[in-house]
Amino acid sequence: MPLRQRSVRNAVVSMNSVPLLSVMIWLPALGALVVLALPRQNVAAQRGVSLGAALLALAAAVGVALFFNPAHAGFQLVERVAWVPSWGISYTVSVDGISLWLVVLTAFLTPIALAASWGTVERQERAFHALVLLLASGLFGVFTAQDMLLFYVFFEFTLVPTALLIGIWGGAERRYAAIKFFAYTFSGSVFLLLGIIGLYLLHGQATGVYTFDIATILASLQLGALRLDTGAERLIFGLFFIGFAIKAPIWPFHTWMTTAHAEAPSSGVVDIIGLLIKIGAYGLIRFNVQLFPAAAAWAAPAVGVLAVIGILYAAWIAYQQTDMKRLLAYASVSHVGLIVLGIFALNTQGIAGAVAHMVNSALTTGALFLVVGMLVARRGSRELKAFGGLWKTMPWLGSLTLLLALGSIGLPGLNGFVSEFTVLQGSWRSPGLGWRYTLPAILGVVFAAVYLLHMYRTAFMGETLPELARAPDVRPRELALLIALATPVVVLGLYPNALFGPMQQSVTQIAQGTLPYLASR
Amino acid sequence: MTEIIIPPIDWRVAAQLSIIFGWASVLLVIALFVPRSRTRIIGYLAIVGVIVAAVAGIPLWGVNAETFSGMLRLDAYSLTLNWLFLASTAITIALSLDYLPRQGIERSEYYVLVLFATGGMMLLAQGADLIILFLGLELLSIVLYVLTGFAYPRIASEEAGMKYLLIGAFAGGFVVFGIALLYGATGSMNLRAIGETLARQALTPEERTYLLAGAALVVVGFGYKVAMAPFHMWAPDVYEGAPTPVTGLLSVGSKAAGFASLLRFLVEALAGEWQIWAPVLAALAIATLAVGNIGALTQQNVKRMLAYSSIGHAGYILFGVIAAGATDGVAGQRGVESVLLYLIAYTFTNLGAFGVLIALEQRGEAAWDMGDLAGLWNRRPWLAIAMAVCMLSLAGIPPTGGFWGKLYVFTAAWLAGMGWITVIGVIIAAVAAFYYLRIVAQMFMAEPAREAPLPMDRALRVGLTLATLGVLILGFIPTPAIDLVQRVVLGVRG
Repeated sequence: MPLRQRSVRNAVVSMNSVPLLSVMIWLPALGALVVLALPRQNVAAQRGVSLGAALLALAAAVGVALFFNPAHAGFQLVERVAWVPSWGISYTVSVDGISLWLVVLTAFLTPIALAASWGTVERQERAFHALVLLLASGLFGVFTAQDMLLFYVFFEFTLVPTALLIGIWGGAERRYAAIKFFAYTFSGSVFLLLGIIGLYLLHGQATGVYTFDIATILASLQLGALRLDTGAERLIFGLFFIGFAIKAPIWPFHTWMTTAHAEAPSSGVVDIIGLLIKIGAYGLIRFNVQLFPAAAAWAAPAVGVLAVIGILYAAWIAYQQTDMKRLLAYASVSHVGLIVLGIFALNTQGIAGAVAHMVNSALTTGALFLVVGMLVARRGSRELKAFGGLWKTMPWLGSLTLLLALGSIGLPGLNGFVSEFTVLQGSWRSPGLGWRYTLPAILGVVFAAVYLLHMYRTAFMGETLPELARAPDVRPRELALLIALATPVVVLGLYPNALFGPMQQSVTQIAQGTLPYLASR
Repeated sequence: MTEIIIPPIDWRVAAQLSIIFGWASVLLVIALFVPRSRTRIIGYLAIVGVIVAAVAGIPLWGVNAETFSGMLRLDAYSLTLNWLFLASTAITIALSLDYLPRQGIERSEYYVLVLFATGGMMLLAQGADLIILFLGLELLSIVLYVLTGFAYPRIASEEAGMKYLLIGAFAGGFVVFGIALLYGATGSMNLRAIGETLARQALTPEERTYLLAGAALVVVGFGYKVAMAPFHMWAPDVYEGAPTPVTGLLSVGSKAAGFASLLRFLVEALAGEWQIWAPVLAALAIATLAVGNIGALTQQNVKRMLAYSSIGHAGYILFGVIAAGATDGVAGQRGVESVLLYLIAYTFTNLGAFGVLIALEQRGEAAWDMGDLAGLWNRRPWLAIAMAVCMLSLAGIPPTGGFWGKLYVFTAAWLAGMGWITVIGVIIAAVAAFYYLRIVAQMFMAEPAREAPLPMDRALRVGLTLATLGVLILGFIPTPAIDLVQRVVLGVRG
């Protein structure tokens, strides 16, 4: 029997009357409109307005974090407006411990991405800023939407700005990459839509209440008002899974992501904001695991295999790369494998570690993408062999990059270690996975050290190449960006409780939901 | 000698029709006194007539009445569709005002013919009798033959008109023969009367065979009209050859009218045989989706691509039609609603897309190649944005009207127990997104190949803005449209 939990619906309504979440979601979009209305030539104003909007959204996100009550497991700060009442669609936004982190991450990375783009956008900077802001709005929406259809709308809405950002400002193969990105994720999301429709109708037919509200459906599932037979549950689970697996991306659906990373604007902006924030993995937790624990337990071993293959395969391919952006892209795929492994451990450690790793890998890999962007700006090439001995000419960049790379590798004391260790611990202790999955995953983590240190050694160690002898070290703006990213790498590594504390209740609740199905194996 | 008693006519039912037909006839006369250089005035006057007819419909909301011995009906269904036809007519005329003189084919008859076509569509939506349906079909078709060939110096236009005439006459023949068989089987031409006969199960097996054969022929005839596979072959050539505003009208108004009467026919007359026609139509819907979307994938010619895409959309609308006949009342109601909502979203979207093509088209020069769209974002950002919105809507990506249409038809089909067609439908939607996206990529991500097109005329701009805003408003605030279509009840459930 599933554990009867206290209803997740006893949500805390925000004390203040300001709809903080909505302000946070729509501020960037408003900023985008303002930026578009500015004169084309006034680049300074465009940068100021867009950065200002992003910083205000960050402030709102900090406000959300302050109002958030970590002792509470359910959705908090609920804001609800009917959207299409006759269909049971509402604009419902709120956060729980899991989405809170991703919201904060998005809010933190948006101004960084905007500031990192300065000076790298050769044309139509106005539209560039506007699209980054729209993307941020979409991401906030995805992580806060507690209505399935609203979630889908935001989920799809993030596609268009990302594809345009890659396709207009990207590298030589940008059109191909943008179309591939869009075609892949859209084909996944149509299955997601079908899953949503199916769940909506089954819920409506069973309970008479036609609604897309996640909390309501969750309550119906947990209280037995909606009983899906095994086949239907697995079918709907599968439809959701296809959508999120492609989006995440889980091996073997990852090819769009490496192309997208490779062709995204070299500054690393789109990588940070568009590709590294893991909507797919979030969806797996929010929908697949939370709503269908039985099917998740059933699928866990198979998904675990995909995750482990992804970890090892991507790490191996990353080692083979000579193009730094591609290397980081495969590193990112490898990280996704670890995240998915953690999610499908279906226990508290696994899921908490996965959420933490979503944050950590976005921070470290994102920072490394920025580093590559800075190198490309100085050298005009992403090829690893075009660099060498940078430490001598660029000591600041060299030391910061080393810190970030070590954080990504998982050196104890830095953030990557905390989440990787938790994920591995979770997968080892999971009845569905166990050591057979954990050991190869550990091997993948070792590989991460190999490819990143290989990249670092080639680029920064050895004799300085003559072409790079005059390369300037980081400028103040670049330094500020890297330090901003490096700070949480150190802080979260030294004080992991800051990371795990707020999500503890929500993760525990989700993990408990899967417990009976894992125990019965 | 017995006196012939003319039954009283309920003019409310025929009000909008009378306004459109009357005004069209008046305009024909007025046109005689308008100098050739001022032909535009007729266009504006036609729009005025359309607006008057639309406004005249407002007090008619809630009316549920028949007249002419039950041949013509006004209900929420036909009124909603009438408004849709009037909106598409107004936008089409706005798009034509600039296009016609630029192509050197401006004649006052054009606007009058468009009004007559609108009247034909309204007859199809209001017809409750097979004879009226046939009348509407023929009226609409004959006008459209002329309009298709309206750019007469262009051989492609003439060819398209001829092709459409031949195929259309053929389809008309099917419908007439089908009607004859239906009459033979049931002894009635009235849709409801046929439905009641069926419900009583009073037919002998032989009569039932006639009925089904007749129904099949009628469906084939309307299948031509809505460009449903395998009766779609005419569409790409005709769409390509016709003057672009006419193509727009063909792809939305004429298709919507075809669906309007097909839906009424199937739901009011043939609901009792749903078990038989639903699987057949489901197979045809899948075939339509496949033909339309796979055909569109390979096109380099945007106008042709939109023609194939419009075939594909007929497939999705058919999902709703199938659900509308479902024996389960909830599913049936959802089906009717989904067809209407899809038509509304699709009308605005497609008119917007053709509007962009019109804006690009210069005198005597086709601008329909993918290359002509290259870098449009750099040349004319607003045109590019309008086109992108329309493409996203056609692909069914939120927040656009097309998304709600797709959501609605999929939900309806699933409710009707046709889950398997929704699975195929979504897979094809993913494929279709690819070619819509290619256009977006071409506009935003390719370097411009041509110099900036001519500045746009105000009417064209207004028409285009209306269509694009319609798509977006429908996307963000779908509630009014959904509420509207949810008031529509059709058939025996009414």
